[in-house]
Amino acid sequence: METGIAQNKVAESLTFFYFCPPFNEKISRNIEELMYNSIVLVKQVPDTANISGKVMRDDGTVNRSKLPAIFNFEDKVALELALQVKDKFGGKVTAVTMGPQRASDILRECLYLGADDVYLISDRKFAGADTLATSYVLSEAIKKIGDYHFIFAGRQAIDGDTAQVGPQTAEKLGIPQITYAEQVLDIKDERVIVRRRIDGGYEILKSTFPVLITVIKDATEPRPFQLKRVMAYKNAKSIIDLEKVVDGNSLLYIDKLVHEYKEKSLLINTLTTDDLNVDAERCGIKGSPTKVHKIESVVLAGGSHTKIEPTKAGLGSLIDQLTQDHIFG
Amino acid sequence: MNNLSKDVWVFIEQREGKPADVSFELLSKGRKLADNMAGNLKAVVIGHEVKNIAVETFNYGADEAILVDSPELKNFLTLSYSRIINELVIEHQPRVVLFGATVFGRDLAPRVASFTKSGLTADCTDLKISNVNYLGKDYSDLLLQIRPAFGGNIIATIISPDVPTQMATVREGVMEMIKVENPKAVKITEIKYTPVDVDKLVEIVEQHREESKINLKGAPIIVAGGYGLGSKENFKLIHDLAHTIGGEVAGSRAAVDAGFITPERQVGQTGVTVRPKLYIAVGISGAIQHRAGMQESNKIIAINNDPDAPIFEVAHYGILGDAAEVIPLFIEAYKQKLK
Repeated sequence: METGIAQNKVAESLTFFYFCPPFNEKISRNIEELMYNSIVLVKQVPDTANISGKVMRDDGTVNRSKLPAIFNFEDKVALELALQVKDKFGGKVTAVTMGPQRASDILRECLYLGADDVYLISDRKFAGADTLATSYVLSEAIKKIGDYHFIFAGRQAIDGDTAQVGPQTAEKLGIPQITYAEQVLDIKDERVIVRRRIDGGYEILKSTFPVLITVIKDATEPRPFQLKRVMAYKNAKSIIDLEKVVDGNSLLYIDKLVHEYKEKSLLINTLTTDDLNVDAERCGIKGSPTKVHKIESVVLAGGSHTKIEPTKAGLGSLIDQLTQDHIFG
Repeated sequence: MNNLSKDVWVFIEQREGKPADVSFELLSKGRKLADNMAGNLKAVVIGHEVKNIAVETFNYGADEAILVDSPELKNFLTLSYSRIINELVIEHQPRVVLFGATVFGRDLAPRVASFTKSGLTADCTDLKISNVNYLGKDYSDLLLQIRPAFGGNIIATIISPDVPTQMATVREGVMEMIKVENPKAVKITEIKYTPVDVDKLVEIVEQHREESKINLKGAPIIVAGGYGLGSKENFKLIHDLAHTIGGEVAGSRAAVDAGFITPERQVGQTGVTVRPKLYIAVGISGAIQHRAGMQESNKIIAINNDPDAPIFEVAHYGILGDAAEVIPLFIEAYKQKLK
């Protein structure tokens, strides 16, 4: 991959090759056409906010595999921003997710919402990745897909709340980042102008292309599914889905089927280690510097509290107590 | 790995020349971590005309301050700030680097961790130094990065055993800010900033900050509402009660997500950590992330209609009932007693 030259060398040499010539050529061609292509990073996450009794084990811990899997909301907002850029300036929107096979569910949702192309990055070797290993694989996939001005992503995913994958992917690609974006204000003179939240206010930043932008949930409201697109793409399938369809049949048949789906724009592109220029040592658990040393289920200590009756007398005595403690009065 | 550094670094965040509280809180924690390893605590100060901040870090336990001061560094910008820290980290390989989990800290830390291939854990609620046996191998003096995870159902201890530098971010208010009794002699190492073209790929067009009128951290009384209130209208009860008893209004993350209250009033792991004299939690179930942000309050009153709500486990006083009934009674009783 031509754009990957810098990345492995920089740490040792302390020389910063932020942009590589082949990459810039691609971009300037697109600027002439006034098209702004976006890659959107999306993630399927367990719905940690809505934990019901059904997913609780008898010992009071959560059975994670039973949690419903949903489209991380801020990523959906990121996709919406990309679609708005496309609506206004033209271009192509490509949604990318890394995850297990079932993550293709949210790629179909991306197609319903208006994505032009979708990629599932899936390989057992990618499993167990922390944010560093994840951003490494994502950056290699992005180099493979290529030809973009924007990378949009949600600020963070609700399963980890780390907000690290966006900036780390930008660093691996050697491109600028704008995090906590609220609005894409304008594109002019080959720069994008973005309003972002900061502590205690906001700032307006101007960046060159390409740029990675992470988006907060208040930025905009995702559009609803487009019925026509739902009808068109509900049968979109990845190669692994298709393999299941032809289970037991010859490989030739799967090739035909893949070709057929591709022709009909119904193929969810899949990228594995075979398709990417990745170093196995930097993927998955192996490539993750952080390790989970210990996990403790939250067991409530059963601390004792004084029960107060929800009556005027009960509350009155509580207020007396707090007044005695010099909290009230 | 032999010959690892024992130094703890803290990135000192400044906004318009004023240091962020969280940076000094991290120095106080960093002091303890450095002492545990018999290492040094270093403050990294980047900005313009910020030497006074570098001097102040010694009051919170710094052994040394690294100062990078230039007019071009007046405002935080990812590319220049991260490049400076990258170069410093690569050169000195500190054992631990801590950042505040502010907007800027959460922008900067992952970029630096990625470049230096360091382990990074976000929003830690506790940090410790400990010997660890991991997969049959002994490691001495690892940083335990402790945080609730997975919707608050678990508490995870994360380690970065095989890399030279371990990084973590911590929210404001989580660590206590402690002035040291006998500060070390001021020792400032100034590093010259040499701009390069890539530093300027992103420019600030304008910046707006309002002096926040909200001071949750300093409020002696906080009345917090949760998703259990059901609607923004019902959330008004929280305002009524806070107004009556002279408290600040706060909310749980679920209340923020539901739009009942603004994010800057969120208490919890991903919001503000508070230790008021009195904390009243109304309609808050009490997930670990919320409790992490309020359980050190002096007195806690929980009002909830679910007798099994975990919030009762940390409460000193529990009131089982509907907020819509309990709060008006509370207000009435208060007015009768104290007005």
